[in-house]
Amino acid sequence: MVVQALAFYLFATVAVLSATAVVTVRNPVHSVLLLILTFFNAAGLFVLLGAEFLAMLLVVVYVGAVAVLFLFVVMMLDINFVEMRQGFLNYLPIGVLIAVVLFVELALVGAGWTLTDGAVAVLAQPTPAGLTNVEALGQLIYTDYAYIFQAAGLVLLVAMIGAIVLTLRHREGVRRQKISEQVKRNRADTLEVKKVPVGRGI
Amino acid sequence: MELLWDGYIEPLVWIVAKILAIVVPLLVAVAYLTYAERKVIGAIQLRKGPNVVGPFGLLQPLADGLKLFLKETIIPSSANKGVFIIAPMLTFILAIIAWAVIPFDEGMVLADLNVGILYIFAISSLGVYGIVMAGWASNSKYAFLGALRSGAQMVSYEISIGLIIISVLLTTGSLNLSDIVRGQTGGMWEWNFVYHFPMFIIFIVSILAETNRAPFDLPEAEAELVSGYNVDYSAMTFALFFLGEYANMILMSGLCAILFLGGWSAPLPFLEFIPGAIWFILKICFVLFIFLWVRATFPRYRYDQLMRLGWKIFLPLSFAWVMLVATFLVVFDKVPA
Repeated sequence: MVVQALAFYLFATVAVLSATAVVTVRNPVHSVLLLILTFFNAAGLFVLLGAEFLAMLLVVVYVGAVAVLFLFVVMMLDINFVEMRQGFLNYLPIGVLIAVVLFVELALVGAGWTLTDGAVAVLAQPTPAGLTNVEALGQLIYTDYAYIFQAAGLVLLVAMIGAIVLTLRHREGVRRQKISEQVKRNRADTLEVKKVPVGRGI
Repeated sequence: MELLWDGYIEPLVWIVAKILAIVVPLLVAVAYLTYAERKVIGAIQLRKGPNVVGPFGLLQPLADGLKLFLKETIIPSSANKGVFIIAPMLTFILAIIAWAVIPFDEGMVLADLNVGILYIFAISSLGVYGIVMAGWASNSKYAFLGALRSGAQMVSYEISIGLIIISVLLTTGSLNLSDIVRGQTGGMWEWNFVYHFPMFIIFIVSILAETNRAPFDLPEAEAELVSGYNVDYSAMTFALFFLGEYANMILMSGLCAILFLGGWSAPLPFLEFIPGAIWFILKICFVLFIFLWVRATFPRYRYDQLMRLGWKIFLPLSFAWVMLVATFLVVFDKVPA
């Protein structure tokens, strides 16, 4: 158990420190890289809890896909760091206000939290006994919550179509390679053998 | 004291020994993969390949390694130093740690994870960071363009690899790599490449793109980008990228052997007296030979052709295959328990 505790404190400390650094470092690319470190440590905490499937999904989806896009965008932006720092004081009051509201909400939730009987035993167990993560999640998602799961899928589909519609534009004068047309070409379409008489040309 | 020894130190010593037993042969394999690459391409192009250092040039990889080790590590003055140094280390570490879940034989695996295949998928999806970080930290146009290309390419082909893995998982009913191999016992006609033959081909092409190998080695297109994301790296930092790339090639070949070629199982029943680990290594060598063969045979793809192949051909095909396999399993009541 000592090793687990040590691993927990390692992951937790690094996660908290890197999450703090995300908002304090000057360079936005460093910010994104630290965010990735935070995700990674959160995945480590999931593994310690026994939720290995969630941990892997967190790494695949957030670290492997979402954060890559963040990094792409942030890397390609040409940001003037000095200019960015200037607005800091203007936005400070509203930032503090939002932070206070969130903190009060969290405190209210935490204060009003009560556990029903038997919930404590369930809390410590990521999955029902004798089931792997994947089976437990599958039974929940595809039996109890099948319709909600489908609805979530539809929402994502609509969002995807929306993104495509918003960015789709046809530009004039772009020459695209149509491989099927290239493959369908035969010799009669492209080649013509002409007998050129000497001294006269075509 | 006894508790300390039995509970902590002894397992620690064991696990370090096991890790060394995987990593050291892996690094030797990487070194000799570079030798094999030069010899195979040499043979295909009717040349001799390396033949000067040692008998048959066998010491050539050691000489190359020594050369890289003794060179000066140069950090460009405008580079972002921390990220510049971390990037090659990250690439190398990720290429090594994925081996923790690869089963070499029945029970011969460092960590028999229940979600082994997802672990490999997660680690390989992290591989893009080493490259993108290197390209950005170098603070150079060529390196940055190479990194962007490479990043976009790896993210695109990961999707079709993921879908192909899903269709294999559907027929196996487990995310555990050892279980995937156990599901293919009974000779080579029970291996997954028979049932999933189109996906086997697409998988091999996708891992070529995923590891940035020819004909998809656009990040390193010498004619346009000098050498891509690693153009500013020298000596050991370059060597780490190099080792990482080749270790990734071996890893992907191993994954291909596990998913489609029956892992450690023998192709014919009467050959079962040969240990499983040897079969596994032979299968890895077979896939690696395809890597080298392709490199010596095909010209490089153009970037738009690469994206078209990934998004417009492989993605719909592998998605259709997932649907087909799932429908087949349900209709004929063959869903694995």
